Order: sequence, then C-alpha cells, then structure tokens
Amino acid sequence: MKAQLTLTVNGEERDVLAAVHKTLLEVLREDLGLTGTKHGCELGECGACTVLVDGEPVLSCLTLPIECQGREITTVEGLAEGGRLHPLQQAFAELGAAQCGYCTPGMLLSARALIEGNPTPTRDEVREALAGNLCRCTGYSKILDAVELAGLRMRRGGQPERSEPQARAGDSPGARRAGQPERSEPPARAGDSPGARAMVEPKA
Amino acid sequence: MTGKDGFSVVGQGRPKIDAWAKVTGETKYADDLALPRMAYGKLLRSPHPHALIRSIDTSRARALPGVYAVITGRDFPSGKYGILPVSQDEEALCVEKVRMVGDAVAAVAAVDEETAERALRLIEVRYEVLPPLMSIEDSLAHPEVRIQEYGDGPNVHKVVALQFGDVEAVFGQAALVREDVFYFEGNTHLPMEEHCAVAHWGPDGKLTLWSSTQSPHYVHRLLEKILDVPRAHIRVIAAPVGGGFGGKTDPFSHEIAACKLSQVAGRPVKIALTREEVFYTHRGRHPVLMWIKTGFRKDGAITGMHFRSWLDGGAYGSYGVASTFYTGALQTVTYKVPVYRFEGARIFTNKPPCGPKRGHGTPQPRFALECQLDKAAEQLGLDPAEMRRRNATEPFTKTANHLTVTTTGLVECIDRVVEASGWREKRGRLPRGRGIGLACSSYLTGAGTAIYWNDMPHSGVVVKADRGGGVAVLSGTTDIGQGSDSVLAYLVAEVLGIEPKDIRVHPADTDLTPVDLGSYSSRVTLMAGNAAIQAAERLRARLFEAAAKKLGVTASDMAARDRRVFVRDEEDRGMSFAEAVVLAESMHGVLAFPGSYAPPKRAGKYKGGGVGPSPCYSFSACVVEVDVDAETGEVRPREVWVAHDVGRALNPLLVEGQVEGSIYMGLGEALMEEQVFRKGLHKFPSLLDYKSPTALDMPEVHTILVETDDPEGPFGAKEAWQGPLLPVIPAVANAVYDAVGVRIDETPITPDKVVRGLELGRQGKPARVGRERLPVFTFPEPRAVESAFGQPADTVAERPFAS
Repeated sequence: MKAQLTLTVNGEERDVLAAVHKTLLEVLREDLGLTGTKHGCELGECGACTVLVDGEPVLSCLTLPIECQGREITTVEGLAEGGRLHPLQQAFAELGAAQCGYCTPGMLLSARALIEGNPTPTRDEVREALAGNLCRCTGYSKILDAVELAGLRMRRGGQPERSEPQARAGDSPGARRAGQPERSEPPARAGDSPGARAMVEPKA
Repeated sequence: MTGKDGFSVVGQGRPKIDAWAKVTGETKYADDLALPRMAYGKLLRSPHPHALIRSIDTSRARALPGVYAVITGRDFPSGKYGILPVSQDEEALCVEKVRMVGDAVAAVAAVDEETAERALRLIEVRYEVLPPLMSIEDSLAHPEVRIQEYGDGPNVHKVVALQFGDVEAVFGQAALVREDVFYFEGNTHLPMEEHCAVAHWGPDGKLTLWSSTQSPHYVHRLLEKILDVPRAHIRVIAAPVGGGFGGKTDPFSHEIAACKLSQVAGRPVKIALTREEVFYTHRGRHPVLMWIKTGFRKDGAITGMHFRSWLDGGAYGSYGVASTFYTGALQTVTYKVPVYRFEGARIFTNKPPCGPKRGHGTPQPRFALECQLDKAAEQLGLDPAEMRRRNATEPFTKTANHLTVTTTGLVECIDRVVEASGWREKRGRLPRGRGIGLACSSYLTGAGTAIYWNDMPHSGVVVKADRGGGVAVLSGTTDIGQGSDSVLAYLVAEVLGIEPKDIRVHPADTDLTPVDLGSYSSRVTLMAGNAAIQAAERLRARLFEAAAKKLGVTASDMAARDRRVFVRDEEDRGMSFAEAVVLAESMHGVLAFPGSYAPPKRAGKYKGGGVGPSPCYSFSACVVEVDVDAETGEVRPREVWVAHDVGRALNPLLVEGQVEGSIYMGLGEALMEEQVFRKGLHKFPSLLDYKSPTALDMPEVHTILVETDDPEGPFGAKEAWQGPLLPVIPAVANAVYDAVGVRIDETPITPDKVVRGLELGRQGKPARVGRERLPVFTFPEPRAVESAFGQPADTVAERPFAS
C-alpha cells in the first residue's frame, strides 16, 4: 500500500508516493535521491542514518515518514547554505575528521543538534552527544576537535579567524610544522584548503 | 613558498582533496548508485554450518511476479576460485556442499528488495546435515569429517615449519628461557559501509561492476575466471570505500552473483549486504593460539626464539596461507633475534573464513611477544622500555629470516613515548588500580610480492597535463578513507610545483587506470606514490625542456614552484605552469606520462620467503595508562601515547588521523571486540551486541611522529595505517598487570577475566588468565635455512622500472 506524503526536507516541500512501510531513510535515499544519509545497520545501532527532525537527531532507519509530515527534516545536503558550508562541515574537512566519510553525515547532524543548543560544549558533552554515532576510522579524536572548533567559530559568527585558539594538534613535530603562517586568509568556501594549515597550530 | 627541507606541499597539514565531498554527502559510495531499470538482488544463505546440498528447487521463486532472475551455482562454469592461487576453494554459490552458516546457495534479482526476499523464501533447498567442526580442537579430533578436500592434512589448510639457526643450542646457554602460551580472539573489521555491488551486463556483452572493494584488480582477474568471460570485456570500478580495514579485499559472492544476475535479467543489478551478512562475510582477524619460547641474556638481549601458532581459519582459504606466514614473519624485524624457529598451522573450521584485517596476521604474535617481554623484564629486574631499546634491530641489516630492515626509528620512538608519558616516574609507582604498560612493533610498507607471481609493476600511474594547467592523475588505487587519492595529489603537486587543488585524481577503474594491486598491506603511499613521482618527473622533464628552449637556457637550469616554471636562481625568468604545458605540448604532442613501481627483489631464497619482505618497515612504540576497577574488573584506558616512525609525514594531519584510528581499533581489540560463535551461529552479528568503542570509550591520545627519511619511500615516507595498531593491544595488557598484578594472556581483556585473575590472586594462585593447553598436533621437521641475522642490507636494492 502506498501513501501520498508531503515532507519538508532541507526547507523544500517534497511530494512523495511511497509504500507506507518504507522508512524515512529509504524514502530520503530512494525516493528523494538524497543519498548523503547513510545506512550501517537499519536497526538503529550505528547512527549513520541520523537526520534532524525539527532540530532533534533521529535515526531515520527507525522513523516512518508519515510521522514527519509537517515537520522540518534536515539531512547532510541541507547543512550548507547557498554554497557556504556549515562551520561543522568546514571544521570536519579542515581537521581530517572524515576519513572514509561514511559516518560523517550522521556525525555532522548529531553534532549540529548539540552545538545549536550549546555552542560551548565541554569535550565530555561532545562525547556524550556523539556516543550513538559509530566511527571505525578516526578514533573520534579529530571529530571531537572539529566539533569544538566549529562551536568556537559559531560563537564568532561562523568564520574561521587567524587569531582563534587552535584545535588540538597532537604532539608531533609534523603538526607543528603544519602550523606555519599562511599567505592568505583561510577562506570558508568549499574546496579551498589553506584554512586547515592555519587551524593546526599547537596550543601555546 | 617553500617549507621545511625545500618542500612546498609535502610535510604540510592540509585537508584531504575529497574532504569537501565527504562533509557534504556528495561522495557516491557503491550503494548510492542507481541505474535506470536497476533490479535488486539478494542471496539465499545456508542456515547450516556444514551440510551437503541434496537439491535446490527454484521454480516457485521464478514464478513470483516481479522476479527477473534466479540463479544457483549451476549457472556458473565449473571450477572454484580464491584470492590466492594456492587456495582455489570458493564458489560464488555453493553447488554440492555448504561449509558455514552464511554460505550462499542461490540468488534472486527482482523489482525491489522485498520481492527478492519473498522469492528467497520460495526457494526450496534440501540439505543433508554434516557434523559441524567449530574449533581447532574439533577439526583436528575429527579427521574423518572433512571441511575441504585439500590442504596439508585432514582439516589442515596450511602447515609451515622453518628454522633459521639452532634455537635449542642458544636456549641451553641463555640466562633466562621463558615459555608462554597466549590466545588472541578473532574479531572483525566492522566497516561502517556494508558491502555493495552494482553490476551492469550491457547489450554489447560487456560487463561493468561498481563495488566497494579494496582490490579492483584482483576482482577483475577473478571475474574472468569465474564468469568465463574475457577480461577485455569486464570493467571493474571501485567506488569510494566506506571503510575496509582488509574486509573488502577478497572477491565476494555478492559481487559475482550481481554480475550473473545482470546477465540473466538483462538489467543492472544491485546487491547490498545487510549488517548481519557483513558479519558472516568476515575475512577478519584469525583467532590464534600461540606458544612462544624465548631465550634472554642477563641484560635482556634476546638470544633466540621459537614461535608456534595455530590459526582458526574458518571454512575457506582466503588469504590464510599469507596470514599463517605473517604470524611468524615480523618478530625479527622489531627486535634482534639471532636465531629463530617458526611453526604455524591454519586449521579449517565451519565458520566464516578469516583473512586480512589491519595488521594481517601480526597483531596476534605481537601481543604474545610483547607480553612475554614484559614478563621477562620483570624476572630480569629490567625496565621494559630499556630492555626493548637494547633489542631494537639495527638499520640496514638483515634479520634471521632474511628480511631487510632499512631505516628504523624504533629507539627514538621508545624514547619519545617514555618521555611524553612520564613512564619512568609512573612505572610501578602508580596507586593500585592504575597502571602503565609499554609495547613496540614494526610493520610492512607494502608486501614485497604480489598475490600472483608476475614481473609487472605493482603500481602504475599516468599523469596527464591539460593546456589550462590542470593535471589528471590516473591510478588504479582505491581510496578507502586512508587518503590515498590525496597523497597522490600531494606528491604530483610537489614534483610539478603546482597546488593539490590543480590536480584531479581518477582512481580504480580497470578500463581507464593502470593496474594497482590494491589498498592492502599499507602499500599505496609507497608504491603508487613512487609511481606517481616517476610519472610527474617525466612530465616535468618535458616542461623544463620546452621552457628552457624558449628561455635560451638548458633544462637542468629549470625549477617549478608556485604554479610557475622558471630559471633556478632567477625566479623572474620564467612562465606560468600552464604556459609551460602549452609550449611542451606544442613541442612533444600529448603530455601523458606513465610511472611504474615494483618493490626491490629481496625475498629470502626459501619457500615462504615471499611473505614478509617489504621495501621498508614502519616502527612504533606505545604507552597506555589504564584504570582497573578491582570490583568490576572494568579496564578504562586513561591516556595513550604512540610514537610512530613514518619515514616522512607527507601530510602530518593525515598521518595523525591514521595513528589515532589505529589506537582506537587496537583498544577495541584489546578490551571488547570478539567474533565468536555458538552452535554454528555468530554470537552477536549486530552493531549493538558486537562491542566496539564509542566516543565515550576513547581516552585522550597523543601522537608523536618520528621521521627517518627512508630511501625506499616517496620523499622518505613509510606506512602509517597498520603499524600503530599493533603495540596498543599488548601495552594495554601490560598496563593491566602494572595496575592490579593480573596477567590476562588472551584478548579481549574483558571484566570477567580481570575479576577471575584477581580472585586467583586472592587464593594465592598465579594471577594469570588464559589458555593453558595446546592442540595435539605434530609439526613436520622444519626446513633449515641459515640465519641471515646481522648481515648488512644489500648495498643497492634492485628496483625494477626505476629508470
């Protein structure tokens, strides 16, 4: 049995005709072509399918679309605004918080739910907020760093600044070398890379 | 702008070139692909661990509306396949027998997954159940039941026995000889992306397969054999891989079935595995039982070592022969072991086959050796760090088993973690319940030999310049998250004096890219990296030639930097990179240049000498500090320090990420991860029940990069993705002992084991938890090979395709 649904996804109204038993994850990926939302288990165990519904993180693999009518659904495709990356996306890219990248969309949305309400989370608060999102590549360190950095930037209006306190950079001489002053201001637009180099200066 | 050591790009922390696609959800993994008219495939899998297939009736499934194709093993040409030429024992769909729960016996393609699943339920398979053999002991005790019909004995896949010098003689003269037994439990890769394949057998009779694979070349080769179709008509494209860790390095049933279903259905077919299927697909860490006997001098120097391993291989060969050799290969690379004897056996059991997982065959012996060293240091009254320092191998020497160590930063690694962690102040002085442990390791930077014997390059790269100044890098490599695409861009940018952003990397398409053997054995940065440098240098030579002619100087006067080609020492005399490309293309024609790499031929001249050689080895030292709850037995890592000799950090940010990920995975294996079975079934094939560390479980980690500038590596680089995992696991075990005086000689170190150890201690018994009995198994007489220990490395390593 199929049902006609109207969903608000990333600020756009989308009409869908889908089988009633299909999950939000399936409708997003298969009917709306928004494949940025990932699946890792379809059982609510890994967090890869996390999206926001009215700003709250939900597991789209356990959510029926019919429950989401009239509510704001946000996927990873809706994080950037007008070609400008969300500070979380910018920080994840700059700090190497995405390795294989498969957990990244869910991780970003869980982090956004945290940071919108609390732009100055402690590291333990970040750990708590992301505890339902499994990552097998990074060991979480750079993800935690990135969320903290993004929070810092959001308090300052979303822009990276040269003078901001730096992300944790490990103890390697390589990382210190990486922090040499840059020629240009770190831009915030997708695809530009020099920002990262300014970001990895060690703590004084 | 020029940085350290005259480099412009190398050595700088910068985002990966694919970071932007990954943070926006744009990266298209295999399951993100959808083709017009695409059907969805599903595999019917055996519910029995061991059974004969009496009949398969697919007629009801075929009759179901919405079903486009149903296939069984009889639809494939006869003959089996396997990743290693010596272990051709797999079938995409089993014909006569199933050997594990999860073996596929039939496949369906239908209009959607629900219909495909319904069709699977309509297939009637009659099985004749055989006795399942679920452990090494079972399999050896029942030679009358045969899982496979080949191997080195009943249910014995492979036996290795090698001796490099007379170990018994040195044990007779040692100040201390220790014999210990250790057990390393099996565990699995658990990539976040479930395997997926999309096949399209076109109306022109040509097949294209998109797959989440780490080794498209091997899949390409094997599809030819399995499908009996010329390789010229098969194209394999590796989609970006959402985590592999070694688990996507074999060819798999779902890939092969998708191809066949597409041919039969006349439509593209996608098969995406469920999480449960991924657990059964496995090819992960072998459970290994180990016995290790080592002789020591009073000062802690190792005089000789005898090591035995029994691997629980599961039902098929996979990479198991290599895994078996690897359990014995690298002990001698980390430490000076003048004489060495190794015996290993891989046993078939009715479980999913084990294969390569991060560290392939080496974390298990590393656990055994490093825990034993800790015990020996205590007995000898030595600082475990100092003892290891004294035993570290010398640079540019050979090992007893004929491996060549080039550079080694192990001593510096030990010193750096000792310093950073406060080891000297903390060891033995922390309050009860808190402890600190140390361990070391070494690992290959790429396997020195290919899976199949040949004289061709292991890595090929083509670099092509566009008239606008852009450069394309075509390479058969697969980015599995480790950042190999980015590394290739950095290396080419460095050579050509342009920015990584000016480069597009096109990976892993067997139609378009030269062969690379795959993303395994930590080989890509070194091998594809060297090939990329060679290709870029060939392009640069043409640019210099053309630019020099225009400027009236000689090519050797030219330099390239900051997107310019100019006269060295006269930076104003020059032109943009793009202008140089136009001049060079006008002079030479199309600017597309190949680079090829094959490792130096250094394999020891004995059977089995091909497993272990590598162009160079990375080295790591690790200190872990833990809290142990004496009531609950819970072990919580407080802090971890790893110093890693990476040769040169091409991008320190990426290297740190690899080390941090290694620490994470090591902690998981040390404390919670286990792939275990009950009544033929996986005990917990789900992400909830298979414990892996979350963000809450991870301690703060400290990464220290040590650079040794290895002559074999691209700009001196070695591997960073596997070696740093290895010392973490024994360092945890040693820290637990320091904390509460309990030796847990098997992984994972779970609370129940710690509590049992504490209880044994209270009863006045040895506070050790672990296996005691060894399998009843007689190894053959070892093949005696002279020890090459201490011999100097060959002065000039012969590297094919170098010029």
